[in-house]
Amino acid sequence: MNLEKEIKLGTGVPKEITKKTKIRSLHRKEAIAGYIFALPAILGLLLWTIGPMIASLIMSFTNWKIIGASEWVGFQNYVNIFTNDIYFKKSLWVTFYFAFGSTFFTLLSALIVALLMNMNVKGQSVFRTMYYLPVIVPAVASNILWLWLFNPDFGLLNTILDFLGLPTLMWIYDESTAIPSLILLSVWSCGGTALIFLAGLQDVPKQLLEAVDIDGGNVWHKFRYVTIPTITPVIFFNLIMGLIGAFQAFTQAYVMTEGGPNNATFFYVYLIFREAFLQNNMGYASALAWILFIIIALFTLFIFRSSKDWVHYGGRK
Amino acid sequence: MKAKTIKKNIALIILIIGALISFIPFFWLIRSSLMTNVEIFEFPPKLLPEKFIWSNYIEIFSIIDFGLYVKNTLYILIPCLIGTVFTSCLCGYAFARLRFPGRNIWFGAIIATMMLPPAVTLIPTFMMWSKLGGINTYWPLVFPSFFGGGGFFIFLMRQFFLNIPKELDESALIDGASYFQIFTKILLPLVKPAMLVIGFFTFTNVWNDFFGPLIYLNDESKFTLALGLLQLKGSYSSDWNLMMAAAAVMVIPAVLIFFIGQRYFIEGISLTGIKG
Repeated sequence: MNLEKEIKLGTGVPKEITKKTKIRSLHRKEAIAGYIFALPAILGLLLWTIGPMIASLIMSFTNWKIIGASEWVGFQNYVNIFTNDIYFKKSLWVTFYFAFGSTFFTLLSALIVALLMNMNVKGQSVFRTMYYLPVIVPAVASNILWLWLFNPDFGLLNTILDFLGLPTLMWIYDESTAIPSLILLSVWSCGGTALIFLAGLQDVPKQLLEAVDIDGGNVWHKFRYVTIPTITPVIFFNLIMGLIGAFQAFTQAYVMTEGGPNNATFFYVYLIFREAFLQNNMGYASALAWILFIIIALFTLFIFRSSKDWVHYGGRK
Repeated sequence: MKAKTIKKNIALIILIIGALISFIPFFWLIRSSLMTNVEIFEFPPKLLPEKFIWSNYIEIFSIIDFGLYVKNTLYILIPCLIGTVFTSCLCGYAFARLRFPGRNIWFGAIIATMMLPPAVTLIPTFMMWSKLGGINTYWPLVFPSFFGGGGFFIFLMRQFFLNIPKELDESALIDGASYFQIFTKILLPLVKPAMLVIGFFTFTNVWNDFFGPLIYLNDESKFTLALGLLQLKGSYSSDWNLMMAAAAVMVIPAVLIFFIGQRYFIEGISLTGIKG
């Protein structure tokens, strides 16, 4: 648009050819400026993502260590992972358990909180702050705090259970409750997801909700046939980002449990970390990382594919 | 009408209970940080300490070099803030405003990196820094923030630039302004709120970062606050009062920054959802 306008307002050279060259040179000028301004992002993409990804794929076929020579070993790392690694299957199971559990419960609690806040209750901004507060607590600090809350003898959680006359738990110190405890910790910081839901809920068209009222529908009808369909894109976004984030759980294992008890919290990224930085098996760890990448990519693809059946893009798309 | 008020009140009560649940850990943090090492292990546990032991907060600065860790964290934080805010503006402008061949492909690829697990790029990046002699320096923690700050920030900045009326640049272009002049003189002042959003997010990212410092910094004198806290956990693991005080020292600035920038945090998060 601006180009044509400029030419009209410009020197008024009547010749078709001069006009064309001028447009072309303006286009070129804009393209050059575009590349200059976008350069940091483009370089960053090549330098910090595409380059390392290719390097990581190549390394996964070698026995690379930090020091010493490395050799091409073909698929040996992958074969070893699937046949010899006693931690691989365990960590995969633990990670899936945690990823699905924490994503499900975080999304569910976040949605409930957002729905309640969206009812125009008094002090909405205070609630927003209160629920968001746990999100900004640095991971190490929150993990150390929860380590203390989970303390079976002097921790807050057992004090509460005891006060309510309920049996106390061993929390992260027992194989069967370790992952549920860490899921609880994730649910504590569901406030970020809740705010994203809240922003989505504020887009729900009022006329549609009123139409349900006129047709004699109740709260459930409104929720099921208006609210949920309108926020499916937000659910979709939160689901994908939640799963991708949860698949990479690491800090909890490093700070709180050291993968225990009895490897019950031996997260996949913790396994990669141990192979790479404690055992120096860079090639092997790269193969592990690529397997994680493929798993996450497959899940994302699957959710994207299925989204056609359940995500509604109102007028936006 | 009455049924509506009742419903609202029930919602309010549930919200208050939920808010209390999310708040109680903070209360327990402060309460434990003000107890003596004996009181904290009393049974049954007390709700409040008999006497507030403020000296716990002084003691943690003497048993480990907490002051130095704060200084180190700021030393990483400041260049990261400058780099992220500045370069994300440049890229946001390019992707929102300027037409160049391959623009949508580049932008799509950059957005796609948000879904990439960092574990895949971690090992080669680490090896590269180790070849360049960057281990145990702040370079690996600071330098990458000069590349637009990642998909999320570039996306956010682009959204803000898209909301500015295009007529502004067009008329400036007609007046003979260069793209650089349009960017610095006209658009930058208008995206100040976006710069604040990104600045606040960058602060929390750097302040909270644990994995980066863990793998790149070996020397205690280079440690950040997150690593210092972890070190305290290693050597004073039964002094829960001191650990809670140290954790509080790390949490309080984050909370303060959140309160100062609340509006911007919430704006940034709400924009995230529109993505769809």
